[in-house]
Amino acid sequence: MAQRINLKVNGEDRQVEAPARRLLVDLLRYDLGLTGTKEGCSVGVCGACTVLVDGEMVASCITLAASVAGSEITTIEGLAQDGRLHPVQQAFIDFGGFQCGICTPGQVMAAKALLDENPRPTEDAIRDWMMGNLCRCTGYYKILESVVAAMSSTASQGGSVDN
Amino acid sequence: MIDFEFHQATGLDHAFSLLADYGDDARLMSGGTALVLQMKQRFSQPGHVIGLARIANLGGIEKGEDGCIRIGSLCTQRQVENHPLAARHIPLVAGAYRHVATPRIRNMATVGGGLAHGDPNQDPPPSLIALGASVVLSSANGGQRVVPVEELFLDYFETDVRPGEIITGLVVPPAPDGAGTAYLKFLPRTADDYATVSVAAVVAPNASGICADVRIVLGSVGLTPIRATAAEDALRGMPLADETIRGAAATVQEAVDPLDDHRGSVEYKREMAEVFTRRAIHQAARDALSRRSQ
Repeated sequence: MAQRINLKVNGEDRQVEAPARRLLVDLLRYDLGLTGTKEGCSVGVCGACTVLVDGEMVASCITLAASVAGSEITTIEGLAQDGRLHPVQQAFIDFGGFQCGICTPGQVMAAKALLDENPRPTEDAIRDWMMGNLCRCTGYYKILESVVAAMSSTASQGGSVDN
Repeated sequence: MIDFEFHQATGLDHAFSLLADYGDDARLMSGGTALVLQMKQRFSQPGHVIGLARIANLGGIEKGEDGCIRIGSLCTQRQVENHPLAARHIPLVAGAYRHVATPRIRNMATVGGGLAHGDPNQDPPPSLIALGASVVLSSANGGQRVVPVEELFLDYFETDVRPGEIITGLVVPPAPDGAGTAYLKFLPRTADDYATVSVAAVVAPNASGICADVRIVLGSVGLTPIRATAAEDALRGMPLADETIRGAAATVQEAVDPLDDHRGSVEYKREMAEVFTRRAIHQAARDALSRRSQ
């Protein structure tokens, strides 16, 4: 039985009719056409589907969309503002933080969530936080460098990672 | 995925009335990290899912007048791990929650949901049992039962949560004065995996180094967490010498009942249970000494 699900996605109010079994990742990709969020393992392990729900990072592949009705969702499409990339996105480009790219939206969202919560994490804290975002190309050193670079660029702007 | 109806409970009474309406055909969900996976894999096929996450007043962590830390069942596992009261008074438990999966899962998974799931591979139960923690089970019309976590797990994925009950809180006493604690998780595969074996130990030596009190609990090596009572008996009243600890740890090979799986054979897990029990006792004893010198 379909139910109406109201969400604020990347700052816009959206309304979707969907059955209770609709997962957040599917609602984003198929109902709203926001295909930037990827589905990898489908069991909450790989981090590819990472989005923010009310600012907290979650695995959208094991989140029932109906269970987060009324929440604010931020996806990779919501990071760039007025054509300007988010500092985390820019750092991943500048420092080669991706190879094939499938894990990248999840990596970027996870890194943003970290820097939102802790603007000056240690390298150990970054490794600890990002350990749930798998990269099958194994580009982990470059990902770490990218997050460190994003931290430096955001910290020099006063610690805020919002544009 | 299976088809079902989703009901977002607006309060505890609403949740009880939904439970009464749908009975066995309903499953409770808070973070969803366990139930959604079970439904995807068709291990669980409820007709109705009752969401608890929006119920007010079931979160929060506070210190009671009795010194116990009281944790609301809807607290996320990351909230426990990061909370200053948990870090200060029950560091064993805060540390055990930090071992669960990844930060993303700990953002979603709740304290109550994790306990209700009843998976013997989870990180927090051995530490909770070692400290003598209890869960608060609430039911309609103000009903309440307090059950020691040690008695909560009845069998593989089976708990003592009865029809109509909801876990609403967790009460964790701090370790006894002078006690040291340790939680060791043996992870031969990946950092976010379940343990091959995990061990929580609380060791309280007296001033002359005699073990006055001890609790040792193992995870992932049986259908429920297992309290190593023979090892505790071998230590209690004895000096915490290497030989005593070695002998006590050897008894857990008989106490555990592991499953043969990709995390190790039965024989391997038995051996590792002994090895990690020995290390956990040593670490808890060292922790007690370092607390004393502070």
